[in-house]
Amino acid sequence: MANRLKETLDKLMPVRVGQGVPERRKDLHGHDVRPELDEGLDQKGLKACFKINYPEFNLEVDLDVPGRGITALFGHSGSGKTTCLRAVAGLERAANGYLEVNGEVWQDDNRGIFLPTHQRALGYVFQEASLFAHLSVRDNLNYGLKRSAASTQGIAFEQAVEWLDISALLARRPERLSGGERQRVAIARALLSKPRLLLFDEPLAALDLKRKAEILPYLERLHDHLDIPMLYVSHSPDEVARLADHLVLLAEGKVVAAGALQETLARIDLPAAFADDAGVVIDAVIGGHDDQNYLSRLDFGGGALFVSRQDKALGSGLRCRIHARDVSLNLERADNSSILNIIQARVIAVADTDNPANVLVRLDAAGTPLLARITRRSWHNLGLAPNRLLWAQIKAVALFN
Amino acid sequence: MLSEADLATLLLTLKVACLATVLLLIFGTPIAWWLVRTPSRWKGVVNALVALPLVLPPTVLGFYLLVLMGPVGPVGQLTVQLGLGTLPFTFGGIIVASVLYSLPFVVQPLQTAFAAIGERPLEVAATLRASPLDTFFSVVVPLTQHGFMTATVLGFAHTVGEFGVVLMVGGNIPGKTRVVSVQIYNHVEAMEYAQAHWLAACLLVFSFVVLLLLYGLNPKQGKH
Repeated sequence: MANRLKETLDKLMPVRVGQGVPERRKDLHGHDVRPELDEGLDQKGLKACFKINYPEFNLEVDLDVPGRGITALFGHSGSGKTTCLRAVAGLERAANGYLEVNGEVWQDDNRGIFLPTHQRALGYVFQEASLFAHLSVRDNLNYGLKRSAASTQGIAFEQAVEWLDISALLARRPERLSGGERQRVAIARALLSKPRLLLFDEPLAALDLKRKAEILPYLERLHDHLDIPMLYVSHSPDEVARLADHLVLLAEGKVVAAGALQETLARIDLPAAFADDAGVVIDAVIGGHDDQNYLSRLDFGGGALFVSRQDKALGSGLRCRIHARDVSLNLERADNSSILNIIQARVIAVADTDNPANVLVRLDAAGTPLLARITRRSWHNLGLAPNRLLWAQIKAVALFN
Repeated sequence: MLSEADLATLLLTLKVACLATVLLLIFGTPIAWWLVRTPSRWKGVVNALVALPLVLPPTVLGFYLLVLMGPVGPVGQLTVQLGLGTLPFTFGGIIVASVLYSLPFVVQPLQTAFAAIGERPLEVAATLRASPLDTFFSVVVPLTQHGFMTATVLGFAHTVGEFGVVLMVGGNIPGKTRVVSVQIYNHVEAMEYAQAHWLAACLLVFSFVVLLLLYGLNPKQGKH
């Protein structure tokens, strides 16, 4: 089983290495870089292999997380994503585990190595409020700062306070903060402990929609500024689509897919449970504004998309999500359609969904993957088959940022 | 009014109670912490042993302590070999007896308080680089303040009010082991009711003030 997972991951790895933000190589601790790691692989990042057997639940994962950006651990409740995160933090003891962070081994049971949590340079943001009730916001922030290695370069107190916008809250007690404010303080506190790895355990799950929307921009800001790996546990497809660069899908304690976000979301061979919310994420740039019609043009590899006027400069980046259910297919370009966004694409493959009336079609628009959910009947009526060139009509584009 | 002998017993009682309370906190805290945290199967046994003085007649505990610490008892032989002499009928003897007898009054409130804060604050502290000992003093103690206050007050008050065990182990030696509760007994035996009244009233007022402090000045305690 472990071998099969390993193979799956190996297959996915080329996707990861070739994609995304270029990883900066640096030797963090002055250790000699091992020759086999020098061969194009970066020491930054996280390698984890855990096996945990509980009476009613088994976790068996093998992860390889890139050294920068947010890796989402996504799955339904009970899939083992939180257990996995706790094992990385050392809060949960995997009997037979291996964990390496930025080239530093934190756990290797074959060699009897297990660093207790307090000796691991990590930051952990818990799901619910976890501020110390007996300390003010300022003292909560200082708690980790005081205890982290003085020699390590970290984020300055003022910097963290500014990023999370909590300067007005410093003198307050945790019980006088709103849920959203508490999470912002908790995130700042984790940052100030000079982590080399940041772990988020559904940090927004306990908040209502409004508060969630309030915090997401702060998380995006971290994403833009931090040069350390982040693991983000979530069961919300929206959060994942918005924040993550890499995706690990978990089901029943096992990794079912892993890789770059765009690539993994566009897979059609995932368990049916994920197919319902299927959709792709596209990173585009603002290519132009049509002020007369209150529209903006987003350019991406596969073409252009028109969305309602965005208050952003030309050339600025924007991430959007296109649900498979919002994409319909046409053999000819329908010029007399009210649908604005029509993109030429090629059929790559087709798969069943959990509803037998529908199929999920994977398309390729000049290198950008797209998904369309259409009825089985349409698939046959149009005579669709892999390699067929057609037009994808996009009814809705969900924008982030 | 209080005679000089009465004042001496009051002073001795205060000394015993203060010293015993300090020792109770020193030994009771780790026992309570261990009882809350351990997955050990000995937990039940230790819990039962600690709670024993709650149900045992003081004379029974006093009797066994007397036997254990006496010249032929194992503890007695040890203290003799260490050059400490035997403990019964000494100040040290009643301290040992008081600590054992009041242990549940300190351990149980601490146990409740430790259990109430749950696992999460400890995990948070660990992710912020605090070692277990550091976590205990920087997080657990401040969060369980009311538990420590309850334990201290109950431990102190219970030691002050102790009679049976002290009489068994300490006897009735003026200035050495004669505490207030024993002195009251002496006065009543000697039909000196006025004297007994004074001392008894002292203990009554003391106990009431202690409980008032516990419930009045500690609103958190009232809410729970």
